[in-house]
Amino acid sequence: MNTLKYQSQAVAKPYFIFAMLLFVGQILFGLIMGLQYVVGDFLGGIIPFNVARMVHTNLLIVWLLFGFMGAAYYLVPEESETELYSPKLAIALFWIFAAAGVLTILGYLLVPYSTLADITLNHLWPTMGREFLEQPTITKLGIVIVCLGFLFNLGMTILKGRKTAINMVMMTGLIGLAVFFLFAFYNPTNLALDKYFWWFVVHLWVEGVWELIMGAILAYVLIKVTGVDREVIEKWLYVIIAMALISGILGTGHHFYWLMTPEYWQWVGSIFSALEPLPFFAMVLYAFNMVNRRRREHPNKAATLWALGTAVMAFLGAGVWGFLHTLSFVNYYTHGSQITAAHGHMAFYGAYAMIVMTIISYAMPKLRGIGEANCNKAQVIEMWGFWLMTVAMVFITLFLTGAGILQVWLQRLPESGEALSFMATQDKLEIFYWLREIAGVFFLIGLIAYLTSFFITDKKAQA
Amino acid sequence: MSESFTKGMARNIYYGGSVFFFLIFLALTFHTVKEMPKRDNRHNITEAVERGKHLWEKNNCVGCHSLIGEGAYFAPELANVYDRRGGGNEVAFKAFFKGWMNAQPLNIPGRRQMPNFHLNDQEIDDLAEFLKWTSELDDNNWPPNIEG
Repeated sequence: MNTLKYQSQAVAKPYFIFAMLLFVGQILFGLIMGLQYVVGDFLGGIIPFNVARMVHTNLLIVWLLFGFMGAAYYLVPEESETELYSPKLAIALFWIFAAAGVLTILGYLLVPYSTLADITLNHLWPTMGREFLEQPTITKLGIVIVCLGFLFNLGMTILKGRKTAINMVMMTGLIGLAVFFLFAFYNPTNLALDKYFWWFVVHLWVEGVWELIMGAILAYVLIKVTGVDREVIEKWLYVIIAMALISGILGTGHHFYWLMTPEYWQWVGSIFSALEPLPFFAMVLYAFNMVNRRRREHPNKAATLWALGTAVMAFLGAGVWGFLHTLSFVNYYTHGSQITAAHGHMAFYGAYAMIVMTIISYAMPKLRGIGEANCNKAQVIEMWGFWLMTVAMVFITLFLTGAGILQVWLQRLPESGEALSFMATQDKLEIFYWLREIAGVFFLIGLIAYLTSFFITDKKAQA
Repeated sequence: MSESFTKGMARNIYYGGSVFFFLIFLALTFHTVKEMPKRDNRHNITEAVERGKHLWEKNNCVGCHSLIGEGAYFAPELANVYDRRGGGNEVAFKAFFKGWMNAQPLNIPGRRQMPNFHLNDQEIDDLAEFLKWTSELDDNNWPPNIEG
């Protein structure tokens, strides 16, 4: 059964499937790292912590990019009311990006990082060895080429079709993503400059242009599942992303407190980043408001649950947990502690992992020719996956927050001489790390349930 | 939201607000970069410091350690390790650092394990120079105490 409005939307399917595969890898490596936090020599000679971490974070970034690309290929043709400019290009870029991603991850795992730097000729243009930007320079170039081809394909599609607010916001977000990634190629010898501009990629992605992408995907899914008037939803979308950028751009200042920067950043960063929870709070109000005002009962209950869930969890993870340590006089003690890790986990899961699962939940039944929604049984299993993963992530965040508070208390607050050393402090945090690892196992069970839901078909309906 | 507040108004706030605050961000960035030489000791960046930074990156040190609070939180902060382990004395720090690097992995059962990166004496010295230079950066008095 063909249930797609535009046939070229089908190119989204491999992107979504590959994203889910990488997601599994990310969680497995997360569990390895979590165990290394308490059993320090676990897999020590085979997968050192730094390698596991690199794989964990890079897989996250890459699967989210696959998810965003799949989302764009799915929603842009429908919003533009025209076929994608070139489905062949989209498929070619899929294979290029997938191959580059797999080779890079294998490189991390199979040879020492310094060897990977040598064989990829890092010395010609050194960009490796910085947090989240560990990819070999050649991989980074590959990412730029894939992004350019992707933006060209979407741009041409929008040009010949309808230009909706959702399309324009999605496109602005994706162009911003590509533009700010270019700072990954700037790696000056002077660490002060290096660190300052490194945040142009990291912060302006996750607390800037990615929020546009999230907003656009959420608006699209809400229009579809609630049937609320496009004018209303797009107005909310503009208000939310206006708040996101107005607070988030100068909110970058919360990363400049302890760099080689003037003190005014402590004021600018504190004030504007204190406003950063507002767009996320507005997103919660808006998602629930739209669902309450729905004009139709969409059969895909799971997609609606993800849409509401991502708004709430993004508010908690990015908004509340971000605010917890964003004021400069608090951050002075919490900077680079387990508090940061707690915030990072819930924010990425709530805002970005969940928005990708929202669009997958909505689009996959159509992409697979099942119809508007999966059968009831599959949706029930999918919702089990939703709750297990989400509740597990809440506990991961709470345990890491507990670890962080104790760490600050023992290691940061006392004077030199009185304070416990880093390693002595870590020993005291062991119980929190064990609990976090157990929560991580529940997260994996949730992920397995979620993935299982894709394989459940309604036997009665078929018969 | 009220009907009198239209989509067009929301869109204008989005475009206008983002451009306005982005321009402020650029202006502050311009000023910050101009002020940076007062705080970053760039005149002390020797060739050894430069080589040391490349070694820091090439061995993915930031995959376990943090440097001024950025990086991983699995192993100690290193922006002030020069002061913590060498008491601010170059000879003392370099002696400690060479011994430490060559003693890895410590192979203490259950303890977090640092790999041996097989650096030669010159490379260990370069890395030490990078950490010394880093410790002298003016980062607005972070961290709060010597433990990092």
